[in-house]
Amino acid sequence: MNLRLHYEVPGDDFTRAGEASGAVKKKLKQLGFHPDVVRRMAIAMYEGEINMVIHAGGGEAEVDILPDRVTAVLTDHGPGIPDVEQAMQEGWSTAPDNVRTLGFGAGMGLPNIKKYTDEMRIETEPGRGTVMTMTVLVK
Amino acid sequence: MTIADVRRILEAEIICGSDHVETEVHNACGSDMMSDVLAFVKDQSVLLTGLVNPQVVRTAEMMDMVCIVFVRGKEPGAEIVELAQERDIVLMKTPLRMFTACGLLYDSGLRGGNEA
Repeated sequence: MNLRLHYEVPGDDFTRAGEASGAVKKKLKQLGFHPDVVRRMAIAMYEGEINMVIHAGGGEAEVDILPDRVTAVLTDHGPGIPDVEQAMQEGWSTAPDNVRTLGFGAGMGLPNIKKYTDEMRIETEPGRGTVMTMTVLVK
Repeated sequence: MTIADVRRILEAEIICGSDHVETEVHNACGSDMMSDVLAFVKDQSVLLTGLVNPQVVRTAEMMDMVCIVFVRGKEPGAEIVELAQERDIVLMKTPLRMFTACGLLYDSGLRGGNEA
């Protein structure tokens, strides 16, 4: 079972953020992955999706499902992350105020992704965009 | 306790999902900040919030939460109700404020789950 899924994440509609993560969650559940794996991947990818909508005007997600691991690669062409180390700190946020009224922008997105995944890699270039790779291992 | 018990304790009104009110719930989380909700995994839990937008339902979905209580009588729009229905998540609204609603549920035995 090797499956690759591809999703566009629209950047102009906050209400649709989470559609891709929801679809992946459903798929993993159908394929019989352990609920813990399903939930960890869903939460991490959802935070990533929210980030792409808030900061980067959307992007795309590619998800590889293998028997022993699930990997999501989230690619955007946004402004990039100037200081990744700073961005990884809990509470650090550059989200605009209107995002806080929507329940996000507390600076928990990247720390949450790190917490729920087994591997997380951020490749980012100011002005060019960010590629975030997150993997949950099936143990 | 069950979702029906939550409804009774909070004098709440079910908005959708009345077929699932006999589902058992063990934990609850009260927050308007969805990233905080996403930071703490709990099983079969209830989300109390004053935030009304579709991301509340999506957050509950990712966390496998089974019931959302909108406090202070807040009324979710049709889009939110539809999202919840598709995911078998019970929505209800209570006239109570967040602090009081959380306090009453705690008093009745519901807990915050695996606090980090």
